[in-house]
Amino acid sequence: MDPTTTRPRVSTSDRPRLARHVRLTFSRTRQQHILLHPETVVVLNASGADILELCDGRHTVTEIVAELGARYQTVPDDEVRRFLTRLVTRRCVELADG
Amino acid sequence: MDSPFGLLAELTYRCPLACAYCSNPLNMADYSDELATDEWRQVLVEASDLGVLQCHLSGGEPLLRRDLVEIVAHANDLGLYTNLVTSALGFSRPRAEQLRAAGLDHVQISIQADEPAVSDRIAGIPSYRRKIEAMGVVKELGWPLTVNVVLHRHNIDRVADLLALAEEVGADRVELANTQYYGWAWRNRDALLPNRAQLEAAEVVVRATRERLRDRMDVIYVIPDYYSRYPKPCMGGWASRMLTVTPNGDVLPCPAAQSLPLPRASVRTDPLARIWAESPVMTAFRGTDWMPDPCRSCDRRELDFGGCRCQAFQLTGDATRTDPVCHLSPDHDLVARAVEEANTNSRAGDLPLIPRPHRAPASSPDNTR
Repeated sequence: MDPTTTRPRVSTSDRPRLARHVRLTFSRTRQQHILLHPETVVVLNASGADILELCDGRHTVTEIVAELGARYQTVPDDEVRRFLTRLVTRRCVELADG
Repeated sequence: MDSPFGLLAELTYRCPLACAYCSNPLNMADYSDELATDEWRQVLVEASDLGVLQCHLSGGEPLLRRDLVEIVAHANDLGLYTNLVTSALGFSRPRAEQLRAAGLDHVQISIQADEPAVSDRIAGIPSYRRKIEAMGVVKELGWPLTVNVVLHRHNIDRVADLLALAEEVGADRVELANTQYYGWAWRNRDALLPNRAQLEAAEVVVRATRERLRDRMDVIYVIPDYYSRYPKPCMGGWASRMLTVTPNGDVLPCPAAQSLPLPRASVRTDPLARIWAESPVMTAFRGTDWMPDPCRSCDRRELDFGGCRCQAFQLTGDATRTDPVCHLSPDHDLVARAVEEANTNSRAGDLPLIPRPHRAPASSPDNTR
């Protein structure tokens, strides 16, 4: 990525996947999905967990949005991209080009 | 009361290194009756039931435990994220392969400087070469690698070279953590505390490197709290997010808390859940009710939780005081004086570092020397 860009942009054709040092898990105690990182934890809401479960390096962002659209009434494409952009910035998610 | 997210499993305080900045307890003999493998298994089960998701395997040198692979495998079976915090001495390729197969998620390796002779001098033992080799093995076996460097007066001027080294070995994360003055480090405080010019120069390098390597390497920089206006939010609040189990089974909110005059709680006598919920060592400073002023009426009380109880105790003899690092603390002068001394020219000659007499006993089965 161009070092002069201020932050990574997630495009609809990107195929996101979890970075290899993070793990998606479900906490029985909390009844919540959690993203685990060497030093931090990210507590996820249900749609966040659904998005990340589809981040397998095969689905494109467009496909993830479509998949979620089948489960939820409205899934704004830009909201999914913002969510993923935040996680890319925190190096929890990596992008493979489409 | 929240459930803890993380367990710091201090498997042993034995260590082949003799770092002058070691923050582990001084009274090593109190910890020589180490938990057996089955006891650690039980701790992991109880921690997982309590809500723990991350397990940091640390010490001392955790590789000195012959049962490390079994402990990792058990934590992995419970679904815990496992993080090995190591000096890398004893991290042979066969051992690494066993740990990989057991499901270890992440490896953090410490190094003391970017230059072999300097690193070995600070560690008190020839170790640089083995650390670099171990970093290579970590990457080769496909682990994410964190390189950890404790910063102090004797190596902080080398931050640019330290970051270049981390980049060269392919670290995914590098932690540059300024020394915290507990345990042995407290004895060496005046020799370890950097001056303001050193810190400012280091911070410039850190910012530039962060910018340059944004997409390749995380650069974590832990500021020295002696130089900050407000105290650190120690452990995210007392007994709130993390718990520590020491080599002999004592349960603490953080490893330094062994220094406080609080009654002991042990996994050998009580269930972890009860200790977390009820034992005085956990409840003493949980929340904000214990706070005196200026913390009690401060807008930041939920941000920094009054700072560090152990530091307050160390500096004032009273663990309920506001952390003297805070400029609002009535005891702030204690910190200000140390900082002033670190910045006077007459001290620039630099005091010697007293290495920790901390060798692993010769009888240790996994002695790596």
